[in-house]
Amino acid sequence: MITQTVFSSRPLVAVLISLLAVPVLLSCRTKDIRETWTFIAATLKFLVVASMLPLILAGNEIRFTVFDVLPGLPIAFRVDAFGMMFALVSSFLWIITSAYSIGYMRSLHEHGQTRYYCYFALSLSATVGVAFSANLLTLYLFYEMLSLATYPLVTHHQDQEAKSSGRTYLFYILGASIALVLPAMLFIYAKTGTLDFAAHGFMGGAFSKSTLLVLVLMLVFGFAKAGIMPLHSWLPAAMVAPTPVSALLHAVAVVKVGVFCVARVITGVFGSDLLLSFNLNTVVCTIASVTIIAASLIALSQDGLKRRLAFSTIGQLSYIVLGVALLSPYAVTGAMLHIVMHAFGKITLFFCAGAIYAASGVKNISQMVGIGRRMPYTMTAFLIGVLSVIGLPPCGGFISKWYLVLGTLQADKPVFLAVLLVSSLLNAAYFLPIVYKAFFCTDEEAQFKKKVDEVPIWCLVPLCITASISVILFFVPQPFLKLAQMGVQAFIGG
Amino acid sequence: MIRHLPALLVIVPLLTALTVSALSWVAPRLCLPLTFGCIGASLASSIGILVEVIKSGPVVYTMGGWSAPVGIVYVIDYLSAPVLVVVTAVALINLIASSKQIDRDFSDKKGTFYTLYILFVTGMVGIVATGDAFNLYVLLEIAALTGYSLIGIGHERAPLSSLNYLFIGTIGASFYLLGVGYLYIATGSLNMADLARFMAMPEHGTSTMVMFAFIICMTGLFIKMGLFPLHGWLPNAYSYASPASSALVAPLTTKVMIYAMIRVGLYVFTPAYVFGRLQVGGAMVWIAVAAIVFGSLLALAQKSLFKMLTYIVIAEVGYMVGGFFLGNRMGITGSALHIINDAAMTLCLFLAAGAITYRTKSDDFKDLKGLFHQMPFTMTAFTVGALAVIGVPPTCGFFSKWYLIIGGIQAGHYGYAAALIFSSLVNAVLFFRIFETAYFDQPGDGKGHHHGHHKHHKHKNKMVEAPVSMIVPLMITALGLIALGIYTGDIVTHVIQAAIPGGIA
Repeated sequence: MITQTVFSSRPLVAVLISLLAVPVLLSCRTKDIRETWTFIAATLKFLVVASMLPLILAGNEIRFTVFDVLPGLPIAFRVDAFGMMFALVSSFLWIITSAYSIGYMRSLHEHGQTRYYCYFALSLSATVGVAFSANLLTLYLFYEMLSLATYPLVTHHQDQEAKSSGRTYLFYILGASIALVLPAMLFIYAKTGTLDFAAHGFMGGAFSKSTLLVLVLMLVFGFAKAGIMPLHSWLPAAMVAPTPVSALLHAVAVVKVGVFCVARVITGVFGSDLLLSFNLNTVVCTIASVTIIAASLIALSQDGLKRRLAFSTIGQLSYIVLGVALLSPYAVTGAMLHIVMHAFGKITLFFCAGAIYAASGVKNISQMVGIGRRMPYTMTAFLIGVLSVIGLPPCGGFISKWYLVLGTLQADKPVFLAVLLVSSLLNAAYFLPIVYKAFFCTDEEAQFKKKVDEVPIWCLVPLCITASISVILFFVPQPFLKLAQMGVQAFIGG
Repeated sequence: MIRHLPALLVIVPLLTALTVSALSWVAPRLCLPLTFGCIGASLASSIGILVEVIKSGPVVYTMGGWSAPVGIVYVIDYLSAPVLVVVTAVALINLIASSKQIDRDFSDKKGTFYTLYILFVTGMVGIVATGDAFNLYVLLEIAALTGYSLIGIGHERAPLSSLNYLFIGTIGASFYLLGVGYLYIATGSLNMADLARFMAMPEHGTSTMVMFAFIICMTGLFIKMGLFPLHGWLPNAYSYASPASSALVAPLTTKVMIYAMIRVGLYVFTPAYVFGRLQVGGAMVWIAVAAIVFGSLLALAQKSLFKMLTYIVIAEVGYMVGGFFLGNRMGITGSALHIINDAAMTLCLFLAAGAITYRTKSDDFKDLKGLFHQMPFTMTAFTVGALAVIGVPPTCGFFSKWYLIIGGIQAGHYGYAAALIFSSLVNAVLFFRIFETAYFDQPGDGKGHHHGHHKHHKHKNKMVEAPVSMIVPLMITALGLIALGIYTGDIVTHVIQAAIPGGIA
């Protein structure tokens, strides 16, 4: 396939829309106007991102150089299939989350809502910025912007718990990026003179195996948003945030930015040939596998629903890292698809957790026995989310896991197949009992009355939408499957 | 007109200072406008010269028509032009921002304060503009003496710390003078360009006297810039002074001394001598590493805002000294770029700290509670300044660090690169500690408490922002930090690259 380069400022526009929304949101006098503007910004952003889709699907690549911030090193955007996919998902889910936020934040009478919507908009700017970055410097810029923009969201409640969680959050995220990513990036730049992502990497043959190993480890761990153990503790801590934040940022935007960065570095900086020739990808696969199993085991013992979801996310993120690091065509396809499938599945689960909390004030799984009687729609959506995350049909998660499994075989590494299967069983073990207990329990056990008492419509509709999409994606995985295949074509030409 | 600007830059403020001093008896109300006009004019001429230099190369002015090497020349080249702009811009912004503070702190001696203020700026501008090694000493003393006074007219402990500064500063200046004296004995010249020519001769390259001159000159400058372990005078002097003084002296003195170090190193002793013959680079970078590490650690140990900032200044001095002595193009670029960026960053943080103390009457960490609610604009600017010091893109601090670290990697000096990363991490801790206090804690709380997140504390969170005359310059400075970062590419290609001699790889 021949890729053509189209020069267009649309990637920049997509990034700027939510940035420009901030002053607008600040100047709004009533909350209705403010939330209307959030919707307008979110919809516009999605439309701009989506408007680039046909070009990308036709095999083009969109580039836009903003300016040279350092001589020969510009702030530049490049939209390829992989970035497109991620931007599409996150900007679409922003619309849904905005609706959900309205229901959630209002029903809990949260304070500082204007600040909340502003930082949300900033976070989305940064997320799409990462997705469209053309070089490591631009990526780093938006990555840091995201770290800082999410801090006030994580610490929204401004109490002691938020304070200590915020500290953990920054310690891991900002600390790792400054201590690991920054020096690795500077070292690479000092030695190669470039930071532009190339389809097969740009490192060349100038580095010894040990140097490469150190760089790979620094970059894989440095993007701590990917939640690879042992740099994962920030994610459970960040669950102190309001649930829409956990839903969009800590199931989709922030954490996926982490794995997206890892994937970009593996494919665009080092390149598949280089990593395969030194067999360094196996190191990354092993690290990811340890995280997958360990996170799933820890998830089993969590009683807080959001904390269980957080550990589940840590495990699922490493699926993506594992898939990318396997570097076989199917595995990378599966990894990219998993960004999408897991996003829809997990955001549904978080929406449900938030809905349960907003409606009943319950946070712990042990107190949710019989909740299906009271909130049947929410818990049905929860079931769909669970199926998708476990990877069972008829949900989107099945497709990505299918490709991942095929990928382990294609890469001839059956050990990692075992990891995937064990992990799936563990996923089922920590999720299914919640659903089972919610619906099937004796009247004595039930902690809720049989009367249906759902959350406000603003909360309920978004979670039904994301649940439905999870199912739809099983039947119609386009355009994501196509985009993933195009991405693979570009990265490993398989 | 442009031809005479270098001289006017020094002469005009010098005369204005005298006028202001006289006016303070007759019409004290005119002091501020006159000072403002004078420094504003200096800024305008500096910008004019910078544009001229970028367009058509360095501007040389011979005082009184006595040509070099006999007469005194003023040379505005690619290195000095941007620093001139920084010096005058910092002075102007601080003057506006501090006018209320000056009214409050020095109501009965405003005239004196403004006179000293202008003289200090004159000295700084002169140090940057002069092309004569001895003249540099004279201007150094003008700046230093006025600096001691500016700091000394603060409260309580200020006179004592100023006296301490005076003793050590005088030793530093004497060292420099002694070095220039030896150089004069060895070469018979005081003109910088002339001296550089002499340095190319083999007999000077190997002379012990020249080597001693270098060592003692540089040591003098190191004392003046507060390079660890010669930094003892700095923290007290800068933190006990009135914020109106410290926001002028702190951003400028250390940075202009770094400029003097680069000037003397590159254009008097020449790179071939400093980096080639003497081979002091490696040792000096390790001293810089020590400065960075100790400055950062000592900053961690502080319990008040100004004290913490002064130790950050000490660490930043280490950044620039280290970058220069790496001896490669990237390192020196980073060092020169950081003169500009760090002056702006320091100004931003000192102004913000000044605005905070203007309202809260204290800069103790425990008195910063709830500030994000009470002083949102000040804290926003403070946050930008903090991010610049931590080195988060796109603020300017990131880009100077970029050059410095790459310089370190290219020179194979990984200890220096590691020290910079370490310092960034420590800075993150330093500032987020303050953010936590200012964002989470409520004023009037004894210790940590739990306020359910549904409760509002509106009655405690009334906005008590600093006066507009403080906020506007502060905001401009904060925006400047981002603008400087974004335009790093232009600054480096059009100005700084041309300021570094071609021989440096």
